[in-house]
Amino acid sequence: MSGIAIDNLNVWFSEGRDRVDAVKNAALTVRQGSSFGLVGESGSGKSTILRALTGLVPTWDGHMEAVGETLGKKRSARFYKKVQMVFQDPYASLHPRHSVDQVLGETLGLHGYRDIETRISELLDNVGLGPSFRFRYPHQLSGGQRQRVAIARALAPEPEILLLDEPTSALDVSVQAEILNLLTDLRTERNLTYLMVSHNLAVVGHMCERIAVMQNGEIVEVMTVQDMRAMKPKHTYTRHLLESSLGYKRAVSV
Amino acid sequence: MNILDVENLWVKFPTRSGMFDAVRGISFSLGKERLGIVGESGSGKSMTGRAILRLIRKPGIVTADHIRLEGNDIMAMSERQMRDVRGQRISMVMQDPKFSLNPVMTVGDQIMEAYALHANASKAETKRKAMEMLEAVSIRDPERVFRAYPHEMSGGMGQRIMIAMMLIPGPEILIADEPTSALDVSVQTQVLGIIDRLVQERGMGLIFISHDLSLVTSFCDRVLIMYAGRIVEICQADKLHEAQHPYTRGLLNSLPRLDEPSKRLEVLKRDPAWREADSVSGSVSARA
Ligand SMILES: Nc1ncnc2c1ncn2[C@@H]1O[C@H](COP(=O)(O)OP(=O)(O)OP(=O)(O)O)[C@@H](O)[C@H]1O
Ligand SMILES: Nc1ncnc2c1ncn2[C@@H]1O[C@H](COP(=O)(O)OP(=O)(O)OP(=O)(O)O)[C@@H](O)[C@H]1O
Ligand SMILES: [Mg+2]
Ligand SMILES: [Mg+2]
Repeated sequence: MSGIAIDNLNVWFSEGRDRVDAVKNAALTVRQGSSFGLVGESGSGKSTILRALTGLVPTWDGHMEAVGETLGKKRSARFYKKVQMVFQDPYASLHPRHSVDQVLGETLGLHGYRDIETRISELLDNVGLGPSFRFRYPHQLSGGQRQRVAIARALAPEPEILLLDEPTSALDVSVQAEILNLLTDLRTERNLTYLMVSHNLAVVGHMCERIAVMQNGEIVEVMTVQDMRAMKPKHTYTRHLLESSLGYKRAVSV
Repeated sequence: MNILDVENLWVKFPTRSGMFDAVRGISFSLGKERLGIVGESGSGKSMTGRAILRLIRKPGIVTADHIRLEGNDIMAMSERQMRDVRGQRISMVMQDPKFSLNPVMTVGDQIMEAYALHANASKAETKRKAMEMLEAVSIRDPERVFRAYPHEMSGGMGQRIMIAMMLIPGPEILIADEPTSALDVSVQTQVLGIIDRLVQERGMGLIFISHDLSLVTSFCDRVLIMYAGRIVEICQADKLHEAQHPYTRGLLNSLPRLDEPSKRLEVLKRDPAWREADSVSGSVSARA
């Protein structure tokens, strides 16, 4: 399996009265070249699934597979090149003392690229940031500009799998459209695999073929985008989620 | 009577390539209303919010003809007076909620501290109040969250904790910078309901910065649309879909839609002339 496969995944934090079972018995498969969405309640374990895949949580059991490797406690160097993640909170994931140039330069250097100069300008251009941003530090960027730097960094090593945690939540919808189009093109050109978290059902509907709905640590339903668009949920929570998101749209019909 | 009057606000940063004007002479007022601000990434929305609280970090420079809070010019206040304004009268929910929480203090202690600064209550009463706030923002297991540290919270839990804390002092103005971007729609509705009640019942003024156009349309009264440091258009929120400015039109057209799938999303062609046009005033003249 060169995409992603997860089965019987449990993730927990702490022990005793503060134990949180953040992910309970989760299963999903994302075929190579396809795009899969994770939606659901705030605090339901979406980010935790992505973090478990990248090896950022120590306490888990079950089966995880990506880019053809069965994942254990440690990840291979190959894994760290082929699987990249865009974090939900770009502020925390960018080093405050590293300029945009350093962030991208170091990532490229680490993965053995030579033509770093041209690649940096290309990456910045890809995410709609002009050359004037190259020597800025995170605190000199707006929220959406930071998020775009994080996306550029994830694209830098030319990964096969992108784990995207609310990748466009801080972007205005015109920049969001540019980024989503870029992701669509990359997927077509390079047969990339996406696992994408978003609370925006229209974004997930646009990008993904299949969608898992989470509530309180569990995947309550996996549905196709056609079923989502046709409002054909099986689980009551999914129905609730779909209906509340339509509620706004219906009331205002933007 | 307006709660806030902002006249000719500029925010500038010296950079390698000269002065960068992040906010370029905007004017607007805020009454007991829900004022939305939408706009391009990097157009100066967050800087506008921070400037009102005089929280622009050096070497940034803020100038304004005035920023009046119920008649008193914030620009002329001492740092000491500003601390009272920030603690009591104007609250801001920052765009990076987890970053604004203290990483080495439990969530419960932080909420209790915020409450103690404001009210003279017993420890038990303070704790009860803090738990009540967590429940109000739909936190599933408030007992555990009370004892937890900010890094143990999900993105949306961090946002909800921040909102709960900012509402404790009962501010006259709440500036909320993308406060619900990490919340699912149903929790979002709950949290916005709390904010809405404060506007309706207590006459709080709300500045609501968001990229979610349909949310702004349904939740706000007026909307300012910002582009390159200026206000390019002002709409009644429920008329946003009739907006005229090509930037605003472009925004409306680039929304993905669940009911009308498309292979590619429309993108905007940005016209250099948008940047040059004068700022539109968002002030509503103060009525008695
Ligand atoms: N390091 C940690 N220590 C303790 N608990 C944690 C930790 N990280 C996450 N959790 C808990 O795990 C649960 C799931 O969190 P997660 O971040 O996966 O939610 P989410 O679905 O991404 O939510 P959101 O949409 O709000 O970002 C939450 O209850 C959270 O408090
Ligand atoms: N310290 C700084 N030095 C130079 N430029 C800065 C600095 N801080 C912010 N800026 C610039 O000021 C502009 C306005 O930033 P602001 O954070 O207000 O944008 P925003 O409208 O909130 O955008 P977003 O929607 O992406 O959060 C941005 O273009 C940003 O790059
Ligand atoms: Mg999350
Ligand atoms: Mg901002």
